[in-house]
Amino acid sequence: MIEKIKAVEFGLLSPKVLKKIASVEIDRYDLYDRDGYPVEGGIMDPRLGVVDPGMRCRVCGGGVGTCFGHFGYIELARPVIHVRHVKTIYSLLRATCEECGRVLETKEELKKKDSPLYDLYLAKRKKCPYCGAKQGSVRLNKPYNFTLDKKPLTPLRIREWLEKITAKDLEILKIKGGRPEWLVITLLPVPPVTVRPSITLETGERSEDDLTHKLVDIIRINQRLKDNITIGAPDFIIDDLWELLQYHASTFFDNNLSGVPQARHRSGRALRTLSQRLKGKEGRFRNNLSGKRVNFSSRTVISPDPNISINEVGIPEVVAKELTVPITVNDRNISFLRAMIRRGPSAIDGANYIIRPDGRKKKITEENANEIAEEIEKGYMVERHLKDGDIVIFNRQPSLHRMSVMAHRVKITPWRTFTLNLCVCAPYNADFDGDEMNLHVPQSVEALTEAESLMLVEKHIRSPRFGGPIIGCIQDHISGNYILTKKGTKMSGEKAIQYLANLGIEKRVKNEITGKGLFSHLLPQDLSIRFKSNACMGCDECKKEKCPWDLYVSIKNGKLKTGVIDSKAIGREKGLLLDFIEKNYGSGEARLFLDRVSKLGIRFLMEKGFTIGISDQDISDKAKKDIEKVVRKVEKECMELIGKYRNRELEQLPGQTLKESLETYIMKALRKVVDQASEIISDTLPENCAVVMAKSGARGSMLNLTQLAGCIGQQTLQGERIHRGYKNRTLPHFKKGELSPQSRGFIPVSFKDGLNPFEFFFNAMNGREGLMDKSLRTRKSGYMERRLVNALQELKVEYDKTVRDDWGRIVQFFPAEDGIDPSKSEWGSIRIENLVESEIGD
Amino acid sequence: MNYEKMLSSSILSEKLKMDTMDCFEKYKPTQKQAEKIIKKIEETYIKMSYEAGEAVGVVAAQSISEPATQMTMRTYHTAGSVVKQVSLGLPRLIEILDARKEATTPIMQIYLDPEHNNREDATKIAKRIKETKMKNIVLEDVIDLVNLAIEIKLDTSYLKDLQMNKEELIKLFNKQIRGYDIKIEGNRIELKSKKEEVTIRDLQKIKLKIFDMRLRGVSGIEQAMVTKEGEEWVITTIGSNLRKVIKIEGIDPKRLFSNNIKEVEKLFGIEAARNAIIKEACGTLADQGLTIDPRHIILVGDMMTIDGEIKAIGRYGVAGSKRSVLARANFETTVKHLTEAAVNGNVDNLDSIIENVLINQVAPVGTNICDIVFKPKKSKK
Repeated sequence: MIEKIKAVEFGLLSPKVLKKIASVEIDRYDLYDRDGYPVEGGIMDPRLGVVDPGMRCRVCGGGVGTCFGHFGYIELARPVIHVRHVKTIYSLLRATCEECGRVLETKEELKKKDSPLYDLYLAKRKKCPYCGAKQGSVRLNKPYNFTLDKKPLTPLRIREWLEKITAKDLEILKIKGGRPEWLVITLLPVPPVTVRPSITLETGERSEDDLTHKLVDIIRINQRLKDNITIGAPDFIIDDLWELLQYHASTFFDNNLSGVPQARHRSGRALRTLSQRLKGKEGRFRNNLSGKRVNFSSRTVISPDPNISINEVGIPEVVAKELTVPITVNDRNISFLRAMIRRGPSAIDGANYIIRPDGRKKKITEENANEIAEEIEKGYMVERHLKDGDIVIFNRQPSLHRMSVMAHRVKITPWRTFTLNLCVCAPYNADFDGDEMNLHVPQSVEALTEAESLMLVEKHIRSPRFGGPIIGCIQDHISGNYILTKKGTKMSGEKAIQYLANLGIEKRVKNEITGKGLFSHLLPQDLSIRFKSNACMGCDECKKEKCPWDLYVSIKNGKLKTGVIDSKAIGREKGLLLDFIEKNYGSGEARLFLDRVSKLGIRFLMEKGFTIGISDQDISDKAKKDIEKVVRKVEKECMELIGKYRNRELEQLPGQTLKESLETYIMKALRKVVDQASEIISDTLPENCAVVMAKSGARGSMLNLTQLAGCIGQQTLQGERIHRGYKNRTLPHFKKGELSPQSRGFIPVSFKDGLNPFEFFFNAMNGREGLMDKSLRTRKSGYMERRLVNALQELKVEYDKTVRDDWGRIVQFFPAEDGIDPSKSEWGSIRIENLVESEIGD
Repeated sequence: MNYEKMLSSSILSEKLKMDTMDCFEKYKPTQKQAEKIIKKIEETYIKMSYEAGEAVGVVAAQSISEPATQMTMRTYHTAGSVVKQVSLGLPRLIEILDARKEATTPIMQIYLDPEHNNREDATKIAKRIKETKMKNIVLEDVIDLVNLAIEIKLDTSYLKDLQMNKEELIKLFNKQIRGYDIKIEGNRIELKSKKEEVTIRDLQKIKLKIFDMRLRGVSGIEQAMVTKEGEEWVITTIGSNLRKVIKIEGIDPKRLFSNNIKEVEKLFGIEAARNAIIKEACGTLADQGLTIDPRHIILVGDMMTIDGEIKAIGRYGVAGSKRSVLARANFETTVKHLTEAAVNGNVDNLDSIIENVLINQVAPVGTNICDIVFKPKKSKK
């Protein structure tokens, strides 16, 4: 087993250590000689590591993959400042004496402080308490030039200064990474070639990495500086070259310094140097270290399959033959593994590879299948195909919550897409308009067991967000069960047996059975629960079981006595019945129930027929007139308000201008229209398919129907009536300064009546705002999620039931105050009433 | 029957005890039944408790931000007919988590003590609280270029409303504006400089200063409205200034509410700030019709206030004060954290999650918080 990494230490690299670890000194700026071989002492020196396959490293003897490369170094003719440490250097210069290098404060004072370096940086000391020397003012000219009393302070002098700081003082200043003079670079490390591999283009030309380009620049300037110093060139030439060297060394570390032009490639593209490689979303940290690439995974389009369990996922044969599970050969499984190998890699339920005990992998082909089958013995591993019942991990991005990654059981299908049960669309937030999903096959026994016992879909029916079922019936499942359990639904025993057989229930049924009776067969025998259905009218006094509309659900000992089953019973985020079963009978039972209920709903609807058409929104002439009346009345009301406003008779609301008050009044009045139209429509519409969907909570609402059949109502922009467009009016169809409802986005007609051009335009404005809002929101909330997760990810519950952070500090003595895990709770609490009731009986 | 006594020795949380009590009152079980019920509830309670290793933080973060995708972006909203503009939805939630110094729409709710709980007193207090500046009562203002003086015409009826007289006004002027002679005639105020040389620019400056003078009320309170909530009269204000308002006679300081969390922290301390964060965040989410277990928000509130001061969720707050260098580098400002760590010689002990992910090790959460120690017995061979 690989030894675990226990800690990572950070520190400064000293020139001495660098010289020791470096394999070569680099002093030539040409990369390759005429024959195309790397130049010794050049930046691509072979002693810096190997990148070409088949080559051996001259230093360690390793090949590609085993030799990670070796550092080299450049001896700089003059030292330069490390740009990323400029601030530390600045603080140090301000905190220490220019004469004796001691800290400009007595020890006792400093011990009291949390961050002595920063405090000293802020405090301006004029005199050294040790040697009494007067202190000049050190200034930093960003990004890397220092001055002392307005005279330039060269890196050479800075280095000498920093050398004077004693080890004891450093301890006080809490600098423990190394000597401060190492912040001024004398030996520049040259990263191994493995860090900056060159790419050979199709034309045979070699294209070098950005870092290599930068290093070439540094060496070239360094060489010139060296030459000039040896020939004793005038100071200003040396200073210029020094400055240039500083620039190149700085951009080598960070090519995004403010006040410094970016170093560019020949093509004009800015170079991606060390800092840029680490930073940001595409940087090393977030792209390569936090995010891993994996094998044994697959991705395709998804499609629905109502006939498989929520725990299952349909996997195409092609995929199943490609993805494998490693199995260790032992006495018991050897014969069946042999059979698998004999079937070969192209048959279903075959095998692709064997791994010998020494770790060598051998591919199984049609030709060698028999041979390999004979070869395997205890200790071999066989990578067999995926087969029915295997556990795989399924995921859809964006993975916003933990239910975005769940484990499923494999079901091999002859199709070409992943298929999944419709009930699990909700947690994945998936639909089938071309969505793709990812699938991973756990490779170790540990991973497999954990996936099965913790991540299986049925374990996630209850959401940790609110403690209710997040997986539940949707759309047609609900409509179907609603119609099935409605009063008056009856069917023959034969039919009922067919339905039940379809669900896998074998039971005797009477000659005639009600819908409620059929539904009862899905319930556990001893289940008793009572609640109001979604369609409940909310009467002042609930008559409970005697509800005249049959909207009070009462189940006793597994028999549905009264009430209809709708979204309140089985729907997602609401389903009380589903929730009850999950809590009291376990997640396995809940899964079974959900599988059956959803299938029953769809099957029933399929046979009964369920459709909507334009005639479903037909309303009587009387209703139409009633709605018109309401519209007229309110419009008149609004005109009166506008009249009052014009005469300045309108009562002003506190905190609002007169105009704002008018808008408030009008909005309030217009809101009434849709409300009243909605009432009229729900009274007049017969219970057709569209109404069934709205009432049962399957899809849509009465408001949607009202907009189709009655009146669309006010269109808003940012919560206000539409008021922008032309000067003083919304569209040129209206008079200037007009405030009437019609001109400000009120649509008195229904979608079925049809909209006139400007009404249509207002509606489109409203729609466009919604779209903009949505795209903006996803971005904002995405960043919020990243920040929240990052802030809270270290928190976990310890064995002593405290919640602690990464410092080991106790954040909560008892998790969430009462210790209840919402994902195990009943809507965040315990349903005491249910317990008491079941104990006492009625 | 004494249910209370029976419950007092149980391990249930206070809230559950209360709920059980209510239920007992309703159903009146016998002693035996009650005992059985309590035992059953206790069993359920233990079953529902958190397991060791549970990554509560991540679950909380996800639970809050997953539904946040469904929130409205619209910043302001006129809630029904009651006129108050509150920032809400996602922007408000982000504002709370960012621990901004100023809320974009600071709001206060002032409840009154029993004696003052009537319309007249409420309006009176509201008027006293509302900040009135000079510019609110100015009808006309002129800079006299010939005499180099400022002339201001005031709305005298407004002054009367404020119960301010001439003397008081003069006193105020003398206190705030130096070097000018003030003359008040009727509703006209005339200011003239005592100095000879005055430029028009000076006059402009002084004029603006006069306009910004506070006559009455509490600074920062732009609006004060009186509404009725059930039996009570409540003053809702736009703008917030707890420190001043709490001293006003007639209000109920115990129920004084402000949505400005930093202000709450300053005046009432960190525990109050924690509660304010939780209350505000819960309220914002509930407004949007999103169901989120309050426990998640409580955790965020605890994390933000654990240091004794409010820390933002983000690079300058909670995420920036992590122990692990790698964890900080992974979030934001990567290079800065790495270079600082080098100078300080930090050691990352890799005892948390993201560091282990970075270096490809199994993180110590969930099922991995324990190690297995296996001591094989010597076989009897």
